[in-house]
This record gives sequence, structure tokens and C-alpha cells, in this order.
Amino acid sequence: MITSRRACGVLCAMAISLASAARAEVAVHIHYLKQLVPAPPTLSNLDPIPEDLGLRGAELGLEDNITTGRFLGQTYSLSVTEIAPDGDFAAALRAALAETDLVVLDAPADEVTLAADLPEAADALLFNAGAADVALRDSACRTNVLHTLPSYAMKADALMQFFVTRRWDEIAMIAGDRAEDVAWADTLEASARKFGLRFGARKTWAFDADMRRNAAQEVPLFTQELGDYDVLLVADAADDFARYISYNTWRPRPVAGSEGLRPVAWHRVVEQWGAAQLQSRFEELAGRPMLDRDYAVWAAMRSIGEAVTRTGAADAATLRNYMLSDAFELAGFKGRPMTFRTWNGQLRQPIPLVHERALVAQAPLEGFLHQRSELDTLGLDQPESGCTAFAN
Amino acid sequence: MKLPILTTCATLLCSAALADEIWVTNEKDDTVSVIDIETMEVVRTIETGERPRGITFSKDYSVVYICASDSDAVQVMDPVTGEILYDLPSGEDPEQFVLHPDNRHLYIANEDDAITTVVDTETRTVVAQIDVGIEPEGMAVSPDGKIAITTSETTNMAHWIDTETQTLFANTLVDSRPRHAEFVKNGTELWVSAEIGGTISVFDVATQTEKAKIDFEIDNIHPDRVQPVGFEFTKDDTHAFVALGPSNHVAVVNAETYEVEEYILVGRRVWHLEFNRDRSQLFTTNGVSGDVTVVDVESRKALKSIKVGRFPWGAAFRPTE
Repeated sequence: MITSRRACGVLCAMAISLASAARAEVAVHIHYLKQLVPAPPTLSNLDPIPEDLGLRGAELGLEDNITTGRFLGQTYSLSVTEIAPDGDFAAALRAALAETDLVVLDAPADEVTLAADLPEAADALLFNAGAADVALRDSACRTNVLHTLPSYAMKADALMQFFVTRRWDEIAMIAGDRAEDVAWADTLEASARKFGLRFGARKTWAFDADMRRNAAQEVPLFTQELGDYDVLLVADAADDFARYISYNTWRPRPVAGSEGLRPVAWHRVVEQWGAAQLQSRFEELAGRPMLDRDYAVWAAMRSIGEAVTRTGAADAATLRNYMLSDAFELAGFKGRPMTFRTWNGQLRQPIPLVHERALVAQAPLEGFLHQRSELDTLGLDQPESGCTAFAN
Repeated sequence: MKLPILTTCATLLCSAALADEIWVTNEKDDTVSVIDIETMEVVRTIETGERPRGITFSKDYSVVYICASDSDAVQVMDPVTGEILYDLPSGEDPEQFVLHPDNRHLYIANEDDAITTVVDTETRTVVAQIDVGIEPEGMAVSPDGKIAITTSETTNMAHWIDTETQTLFANTLVDSRPRHAEFVKNGTELWVSAEIGGTISVFDVATQTEKAKIDFEIDNIHPDRVQPVGFEFTKDDTHAFVALGPSNHVAVVNAETYEVEEYILVGRRVWHLEFNRDRSQLFTTNGVSGDVTVVDVESRKALKSIKVGRFPWGAAFRPTE
């Protein structure tokens, strides 16, 4: 039985929470902008790229934010633009910026830079959830862009930590000849040297044969010239030929990079640290597993949500300041709080190392120490980064 | 099929003469390991539904409730025979729950559905479902039974439920990923642990305001890895023993000063804890190492590790007389 005093207590409390909700009433509008890019032709179409890649991460992030916001009188809405490959990116972004100054970009690096440099975007807060290019975190950084997708450098360092731990000291590589393959391969090579590994032969994949028929004949010969090594890296950003390398190498060696052991932002095999819950919520929404870019878009949405929850503000300047402060932390289901690097706006995060069937390890690996955060052993650390814009 | 029956009978005969027990749910083995406190050995392993996590006994210990998360059921088991008597309706993916002091109503966190389900264990019906934040987990009821708490992992709040009306009357923010909640000091304080935030928030129950925050710091372990999850209080609520997850330590917190007095090394990814009858010994579930560490409360030293099933999660005390 409730005594009258107790009932009053409840009533008063309700009045207080209503009052604080009214005071804190905030409406947050976020725009998700996706630049569609024609996928290059690949040897196999076994694993088509989902058409709703990224978008589903935005939708789940929105749902998560709405659920949290309703206890605080905070509302969230999302609008979505998908720009055709020959569409006008700048015009679409201007239209989005007319609606809101919080925009999540799922686009290649050139578009990210173009977006950041638009005069209309000067005071906006943009999130890069689609481009892993190192330059965007380096000399081409922009203060109005935060990065939730891990860079190629973070992924490469994660792999190298694993090789060091395993004493797989000698490395060979096969790289595709598309620009993105070369960028990924160069980053892997630089990272191997940073971690003191011996980088041996590097060959460019130049075949145009149909490897579904010929892998067994061609790959042994192609890899014979690599000499000896402990692990073979494959840099194939478009997932074109990498799948045909495993088990067909001249020497029986593990494959890593774009095939075999892969560093990722997210993968369905991640199930510790409460991840099983995020996986099942995403599967229920999208009917497919969550992929890297879904995760990066979700993390951008949740970063906004977390900053709004804690500050009660919805303007880009306040949110950006909070996200770059010590107070911010995002629970990203990877076992550690995730925070933004103050020197280039990159979201610090663990990197799972996976194969198709299981999580192999998660970087940073034990023994890789850092004076600030072990997560800063992955990717561009402050002294390495050529990003100076954030210092001002 | 004869052998298991014989074994069960033998266990039955023995258990009458045996000492108190600690029951541990093994999340990835779909079993409960029963530890005999006297011999510190596993004396029974009982099959449950899929992914058992939360576990609690009825006030008279006549039945044990088990959250079988992936079976979407709360199972009611006869602790003597180990037989599952029936399932309670629980809502989807029940993770953790708390039994109301009336010994009748279970408050269940439905992790996948952002709902707290209230079940009447006598009529076996759902009395209420309350919308809460994302991934509800920590559950507590005040000693007078008037307030129930659900903490939500992704919304980062403690939700205060009026058990008379089964509605929320307050929502208070805590640090990232709250996992566990307990009322202490005759229900005047509420403690909530935040796994990713690395803190415990202490609330004044009368005003629902935060009155203290407890931080943890262990030499040579990065703060990111110091993740408070389960905690339990010694007699008279003078000290809290706090499981610190992947730091593999249990903290001893002075509940008056809110200062940490000691850190005790236990097994890997320590998750939940349970005391024996007189609270002289503490049993910790260590998920990654698949064992239970026994800690002597007086000397604050780990005494022994007991191998249980894969990924032990919850623990509950059962007196046998």
C-alpha cells in the first residue's frame, strides 16, 4: 500500500522530471548522405555489396537515439539522400546543410574533402563513415570532419601487431592495380616497416583471366617468384581476385589483408563485449549481418546521440566540442570506451582481426603499449599525423 | 538412459547430507554448475535452456528461476531434483531479473526488446510490460518493494519504476553501459555500476540524485580495462565487493567513504559475485577463464579456483537445510 507521503513523493518526482524534460526539450535532425559509386567488375559475384550498406546503420543509430531521447525530452529525425554516380554531390550537400548542420557522409575521399570545403559547411559537423583514406586523417584533414570509419593505417597496424605477436616476421604481398589497392598496399608496407617486420617481394596482380577456372594453375606459378615468407598479404580493395589466392600459393602460407585474416571495423563474428545484442538488433532491422560501413554510420549517429544526451544541446559547435573533450565516450561494443583523437578527429577503436568463421584476435594486442591509450598504437598517432588544422 | 537416472538418485541421497551450495549459470554451456561450499567442488551439472544468465532462488528456496536468454524463457527449476518444472512467460531474451520482496513478482530485463516485463510467478502471467531504454540489464527492487530499477546498457540510464502503478517515475543518467544495480542501507541508497564508464554511481533514493561516484584505478592496468559489473555487499552494507571485468580484479569499496580499500586478483573477465551464508566467503564468476574464484572476505585473499562450465555468468546461494 502506498502511503500518501510516498504518493506525493512520486508525484513530485514526476513533476520534476517533466519539468526537466520540458527545459531540456531538444530536436535533433541528422542527414545521411550517400554517394553511390559503381562497383568495379569483379571475378566473382558471390558476395554482392548490399544496396542498403550504411543506410541500415543510420536507421539503427536513429532508433537507438530515439529510445534514449524519449526519457529526456529529446527527439531525433533522419533524412536520407542517395546521390547517383553521375549526380551533383555539392548540390545535394547544400540541400542537406539547409536542413541541418549534422551530416553523416558515406562517400569516397574526394567527396568528403569537397563537402568539408563548401562555404555552407564551415560551421557544420560532418562525419566521414565511408572513406578509409589515410590522407583525410593526415595533411588533408578538415576541422569540421570527424571520422568514425577506421583508416587503412589503423587496420594495417592491427594486422602487423598480430604478425609481431606471432613472429611472422617476413612478409610478401600481392596488390591489385587500382588506385585504392595501391593505397591500401602502400599503407600495409609502411606499417610493416614501422613494426620492424621484413618486407620482401611485392607483386602486382596483372592477370585478366577468369580465376574461377584458372586459380589452381595460375596462382602457384605467380606466387612462386615471391621467395620465402611467413605470411602473404593481399591488397584487393574491391574484393576482385583475393578470394582465389588462399590454398593456391606455391608455399603453404597463411594469407591476410583483403582475404584470410582481415582487419575490420565490424563483422558478424564479433560477439563478445555485449556485441551479440547489437548484432541481433541490426539483423532484425536489416535482415543481413552488420558490415564495416553500417557500423561506422551507426557510430556517427550514436556519437551525436551520446553528445546530445550529455550536453542537452543540438548545435554543431557544442556537440563537436563535447565529442573532442575528455568527457565524451562511446560504448561501441568492442570492449573499450571509444573516443575521438583531438589531433585529427579520428574515432579511436579496437580493430577485430577476423576470418569468415571466427574472431581471431582484437587489436590493440597485449604488449603494445602507449603513454596515452593503447588504442593509439593503431593508426596515425599525434606525432605522425600531418594534420595541423585541429591544433588551432 | 538408465545411468543418468541412477546418478541423479545418488546425488539426491548425498545432497541431503551436504553443505550449502553456490549455483553458477554457464552462458555458453547451457548448464548450471552446483558448487558444494564445504568441499569447494562441483557436485552437480544441470542442463538448462539456451544461454542461461540471470539466476535467483525464491525466498524459501523451493524453486530456482533461471533466465534462459536464447530460449526466450524464465525457467523454474526444482533445486532438489534439477528438473525444470515449467517456463514462465518472460518476453524476449530475458537477461537478468529480480524477485520482488513479495516473493511473487519477477521483474525481468528483456535485453533485445527494451522492455521490463513483470511476471506473476503464481498465476504465471505477465502483469505489465514497461518501455525502458535499449538493452536493459541491471535489475533491483527496494527493500520495501515500492521501487524497481532497470538499467539500460545503451541508453545509459537507471529507470525508476513505481511498482504500484508499474510506470516510470524518474530516469537518471549514469556513465556508459550500466550493468548492475543494488539498493543498500535499508533502501536509502541505490548503486549502479557502469562497465564502459568505469564507475559506480551512488544515488540518494529519496531525491533520485547522484550523491557520489566511485572510480577505480589499478596499477599497471589501463583504465579502459577496469570495467565494474556485478557487486555485492558485506554484512550491514559496510563494504562492497565489485567485479571489475577484464581487469581480472575485484575491488573492495568502503561503503561509507566510497573509497576503494583493496584490489584482489581473481580469474579472467570477472562478472558476478555471490556470498556464502555468513558472508565470510565470496564466489566470483570468471567468464573467460571458465572458473569461479573463492575469496576469503576477512583476509581479502583469493583461496581457490574452481573449474565450472564455459563462460560462467550468474551466481546464487542455496542453503541446504
